[in-house]
Amino acid sequence: MTGTPMVSIEKVSKDYQRGAETVHVLQELDLEVQPGEFLALMGPSGSGKSTLLNMIGGIDRPSSGAVKVDGQRIDTLSEGKLAPWRARNVGFVFQLYHLLPVLSAAKNVELPLLLMNLSKSERRQRVAAALELVGLADRARHKPAELSGGQEQRVGVARAIVTDPKVLLCDEPTGDLDRTAGDEILDLLQALNQQQGKTILMVTHDPHAAGRAERILHLDKGKLVSAAVT
Amino acid sequence: MTYLSLILASLGRRKVRTIFTFLSILVAFFLFGYLAAIRSAFVGGVDVAGVDRMIMTDKVALINLLPESYRQKILATEGVADVAAATWFGGYYQEQRNFFAQFPVDSEAYLRIYPEMKLSDEERSQWLADRQGALLGRALADRFGWKKGDRIPITSGIWQNKEGTRTWDFNVSGIFDAEEGFDTSGMLFHYEYFDESRAFGDGLVGWYIIRIENAEELADVATRLDAQFANSPNETKTASEKEFLQGFANQIGDIGAIFTAIVAVVFFTLLLVVTNTMAQSVRERTGDLATMNILGFKRSSLVGLVLGESALLALVGGGLGLGIAWLAVTLGGDPTGGFLPSFFINPRDLIAGALIILGVGLLAGALPAWQTLGVKSVEALRRVV
Repeated sequence: MTGTPMVSIEKVSKDYQRGAETVHVLQELDLEVQPGEFLALMGPSGSGKSTLLNMIGGIDRPSSGAVKVDGQRIDTLSEGKLAPWRARNVGFVFQLYHLLPVLSAAKNVELPLLLMNLSKSERRQRVAAALELVGLADRARHKPAELSGGQEQRVGVARAIVTDPKVLLCDEPTGDLDRTAGDEILDLLQALNQQQGKTILMVTHDPHAAGRAERILHLDKGKLVSAAVT
Repeated sequence: MTYLSLILASLGRRKVRTIFTFLSILVAFFLFGYLAAIRSAFVGGVDVAGVDRMIMTDKVALINLLPESYRQKILATEGVADVAAATWFGGYYQEQRNFFAQFPVDSEAYLRIYPEMKLSDEERSQWLADRQGALLGRALADRFGWKKGDRIPITSGIWQNKEGTRTWDFNVSGIFDAEEGFDTSGMLFHYEYFDESRAFGDGLVGWYIIRIENAEELADVATRLDAQFANSPNETKTASEKEFLQGFANQIGDIGAIFTAIVAVVFFTLLLVVTNTMAQSVRERTGDLATMNILGFKRSSLVGLVLGESALLALVGGGLGLGIAWLAVTLGGDPTGGFLPSFFINPRDLIAGALIILGVGLLAGALPAWQTLGVKSVEALRRVV
């Protein structure tokens, strides 16, 4: 691996207190992800993969160690600074899509753009482009309840990329979809990685989905146990 | 899309619940506005009482009459600028249910002491020139459809005339208007006509209205006046007009306290209802709010959205409720057909209503907003999963 990593994890540990017991979710983990890389994180439930993803996305903090994204250390940023940092730098794709049910597809995609200093027409253009990219231009006015699971997740992907972030963090993006719809999402992510150079970190249980990544890391009990290049 | 459209979309999530909450706010503020008008009707006179006017009554009871001879003594007292006598006539038109207030007064002095009464010079002259002339308030004239030149028989519940009947005839000389809050539901007529025609009680009047030269000396002048008539068969009690009217209103009950108690209970209940609705709404949207936080919305913005929702609900519901109350009071008028002559919503109450709207909006949103602050986004999403 060469160059400045897009994501750098240095001796990161994460502990939770569950009653009198201390749970070690991550233990002195080191990881580097290069710009433009597509990485899959696999492991059994409770292995710490989602926690790791959340730390890279600035929605959780390590108990110790350092998390850097695009050269910036984010684990020391205050909550007030992390929120706008997330809006500018990271796109999230969730297993259950987490679209706002009261908003149309277009408005869901537009949501993160409200945090950027853009005119109404600029926002409209970006939303149209993102929906076009995921193949849902004709569903812009539909509410989530009027879309299939695969379409909802595509709206989720459009929302994640509309701010043009460098990093996409995907937590089980195909976990709630059938194989066909899941493959469509994976095609989309692969295209974003290969054509637009997005750095993608994807948590998955599914070896088929992980096979689309360039590199697969396995976590168990908070430690990296193996790595593979596809 | 704007933050406002986000708020509107959230309110539209559970339309039926939003409509019911909206209606409870509307009804509460309608009630507030309407009750405020009723309170004004009872104590409104207190608000417009002249600061330089005093009322002298019998020390023991208002129904005891005072000698007419006091008039000159009062006028000669240091600090007194003017005086007019008035007496309760206690009459009605045709039937007892058509009751309204009539007072025989010292005509010219009364008009001088109450500059709030607006009438044309012509009507003023006509009234002063006609021994049986009567001056009607606008509300009274509207109530019975009386106009200038009408001849009206009024039957007194107290005073018999020398013809052996209690029905007295009057000519409508004029109709006076007045600024808001001033009672225009009554009738004035000449003390001379009353005194010469009554079968008993010659030389006695109900009370004196006294205007003083300097409002700051009110207490001193009152003491001076009462001292003059101390140890006489008709001892007096002189108080400011405001104090007198307040005491009169309190005979019915402490309207202000009753109003405050009802309004406090209504708004406390409303606060619980709206807070509960907002808390439910936020609980249902914990996942949405967590998602927005993860997407980059600061917690302060999310709190602002929750507060904005409750504030908007209170603003529209409360504003409409107050507006409808204002329309009902202004266009509908006195619902008792004459017993509440000063029936209007005081601008002061409208301002208080607006402040309460703001208070309900913010307080009802405060607890759910605080809940929003306390939930960690990651945990919230896990819960949704």
